Amino acid sequence: MSFGCNHAIDLTGLAGNTASPIHKLDPRAKVVGIIGITIVGVSTPFTAWPTWLACAAALVTIAIVARVGPGTIWRRSRLILPLILFVAVFLPFVRKGGETVALGPLSLSVVGLQTFAAVSAKATIGVVGAVLLGATTSFPAVLHALESMRVPKLFVLIAAFAYRYLFVIAEEVQRMRAALASRAYAPRNALHAGAIGRVASALFLRTYARGERVYLAMLSRGYSGSMRRLDTLAFDRHDAGFLVALVLLLLPIRIVSAVA
Amino acid sequence: MSCAVEARGLGFAYPDGRVALTGLDLHVDHGERVAILGPNGAGKTTFVFHLNGLLKGTGALEVAGLEVRKETLRELRSRVGLVFQDPDDQLFMPTVAEDVAFGPLNLALEREEVERRVTEALETVRMSHVRDRAPHQLSMGERRRVAIATVLAMRPKLLVFDEPSANLDPRSRRELIDLLAEVERTMLVVTHDLPFAAELCERAVILSAGRLVADGPCETILADETLLEAHDLELPAGFVPSRVHRRPRPGGTAVPRSQTPIAAQRG
Repeated sequence: MSFGCNHAIDLTGLAGNTASPIHKLDPRAKVVGIIGITIVGVSTPFTAWPTWLACAAALVTIAIVARVGPGTIWRRSRLILPLILFVAVFLPFVRKGGETVALGPLSLSVVGLQTFAAVSAKATIGVVGAVLLGATTSFPAVLHALESMRVPKLFVLIAAFAYRYLFVIAEEVQRMRAALASRAYAPRNALHAGAIGRVASALFLRTYARGERVYLAMLSRGYSGSMRRLDTLAFDRHDAGFLVALVLLLLPIRIVSAVA
Repeated sequence: MSCAVEARGLGFAYPDGRVALTGLDLHVDHGERVAILGPNGAGKTTFVFHLNGLLKGTGALEVAGLEVRKETLRELRSRVGLVFQDPDDQLFMPTVAEDVAFGPLNLALEREEVERRVTEALETVRMSHVRDRAPHQLSMGERRRVAIATVLAMRPKLLVFDEPSANLDPRSRRELIDLLAEVERTMLVVTHDLPFAAELCERAVILSAGRLVADGPCETILADETLLEAHDLELPAGFVPSRVHRRPRPGGTAVPRSQTPIAAQRG
């Protein structure tokens, strides 16, 4: 059951050509590779444009091979990137000292501008990397990868339940909003927002009760504290090749930029 | 002799003092299909939760040939397949295949055996094509079928359904009846959907205010309007229980008939 569209949630899941070599890689290779690109990108000093360009080149290549179009990347990045950029955009205004550039009545700090550019570049690399991972790797596969890379089981389990019930809770929220709207709820000022608070607490109680029922359902099927797995992952030469290519591309540039 | 369910004087009160079961007696033989009818708050779900030891009350309870005790819980839960009312409670893994594999993996079976059971259970409910999908991508009817597959994969002796036809459209409901009619297991079906009970079950019991108040052949119970009315049950208008075509058992085996005519239980 779903009431209308739910933009944030429609934007998850695989995209591009799901039979591409990137989609077929072992999820561990993709998790390590894309986290690697992000770490190389964000660990740089403020003026590491060659490194960022190399990261961007790696991401663009992955996107092209996986046939994930710019439209998809743009729509998905839009969920998170503006938030980061919104915070970063104030940096040139609040930075004190150093050279300044006049922009009408405002004065912008040059260091602040550089910081803004660096933060934007780093944020874009991180977000686009995450978007590409999400578009080329199903969430269960990412969880599986994390689990087999010895990420503590509790974290993986929490992420798995969050993923599963995100959709259920989103549907419940949609229904509650529909219920509010059908009784002509249209908040005109802050005093009217009380209903939202009650909806939130009702949602919390329902979710809590659901948690209990899910646990009973787990017990009913013999759960005794450990999650076992059926399928195993296979890391082959394609996966190794993918990681080696990334290392060969990014590491030299990163080292040179650190020395320079 | 081993039987599917043998409850004697089962009682249960919730920690807040609400009494849910008082002196419930029920005997179910292997191979029977029994509908458990009753109004809201009659204690149906509480009783169901006793069947695999999720709740423990007073009195004696033997299910699927095992006395319900702490030591037998593990074995009990592999013998009793409980299908929850809301499939979203039952399907908690990221993909359908992983969810169906959850039970067999907990039974510590070999991988090949788990794989075989997952394939077989999904085939039984005709849901093999959604194997790698996430539960939220399925319709309610599909989720219900997958939820049934998750317990079939454990090869239970007894299947227990809590409101299986809830939230289903007529077609999904019809398909569910067709599917369950083909499953060769002892079944307890908790439901408000009296025609659903009539098509599947040869025997019905009415649970009201925590005790069994009637037990007999399904069509006899459903034909007794006074009895139904006394326990807030109601047939759809125009529904004639005696005209219901009960589904034959798989393989054309004879349907065991309850011998006793309608029996009022001691109050």
